[in-house]
Amino acid sequence: MNGWTRKNGHLVTVLDRQEAAVVRGLVSQVQDMLQARAEEAPRDELAQLTGIRTGPANAPDDPILGRLLPDFHRLDHDDATAEDENSARALRSLHEPELVEMKTGVAGVVLRTCPPRGGSIVLDDEQAQAWLSALNDVRLALGTALEVTEDMPDELPDEDPRAAHLGVYHWLTWVQESLVQAVMG
Amino acid sequence: MTTPAEVEQTRVDPSGAEIGEENRPWLTVVWNDPVNLMSYVTYVFQKLFGYSKERATQLMLDVHHKGKAVVSSGSKEKVEGDVAKLHAAGLWATMQRDS
Repeated sequence: MNGWTRKNGHLVTVLDRQEAAVVRGLVSQVQDMLQARAEEAPRDELAQLTGIRTGPANAPDDPILGRLLPDFHRLDHDDATAEDENSARALRSLHEPELVEMKTGVAGVVLRTCPPRGGSIVLDDEQAQAWLSALNDVRLALGTALEVTEDMPDELPDEDPRAAHLGVYHWLTWVQESLVQAVMG
Repeated sequence: MTTPAEVEQTRVDPSGAEIGEENRPWLTVVWNDPVNLMSYVTYVFQKLFGYSKERATQLMLDVHHKGKAVVSSGSKEKVEGDVAKLHAAGLWATMQRDS
């Protein structure tokens, strides 16, 4: 892949077979995690009657899902109050279903527009925005799993179990950066 | 570096008295994280809030260097919506009352 460019109003690139497999594999995994979270959500009769969906009030235990679906208030600060906690629960319950739907939706756009065996990709602006969000979600997931820090080196020592995955993370960073530049440019 | 002007202006009322709890505006705060790209964060601020490239870049730099920035303010409902949009974009955002 040589990065994204804008041609005739579209954002275009070419992914080889392996690159397409990496993108599709990771995007599907994040989509699966989010869908599993949505399926855990309480189903109550009142919600079915009113059509008002409610999601779980509790933050996910899993750190990756926790990063993809953040609290609405800082609860880890010393001055966080019981009121903040209650409010964060209420706001999560209210907003999480839509957030999960948006995130699984952008993942779906990537899976529909990225050919499984690689090849050229042509996106309109809306699809490019979906790719930006989905690539960002994958990087958040991978970055959380790899415990990425701001001064993360380009390569880790071979004995570090994260070494092999860090290359994928850096590649995705480059793919996203290239798409941001092409979209903004 | 500066914080957005309207935040400073809403801190106290003209008589100099403290504004009551119910009148203090809500703030949308974006926190620094090691994953989000500087270019992407700038793009999101422009796209979601319609900020100029200069203002969006300044806010992004505040997040990057100071660890956080107030990116919008207003009623609880408005700020709640802004936080939800930022979460959809993958930014780490929370809301709080202006102190």
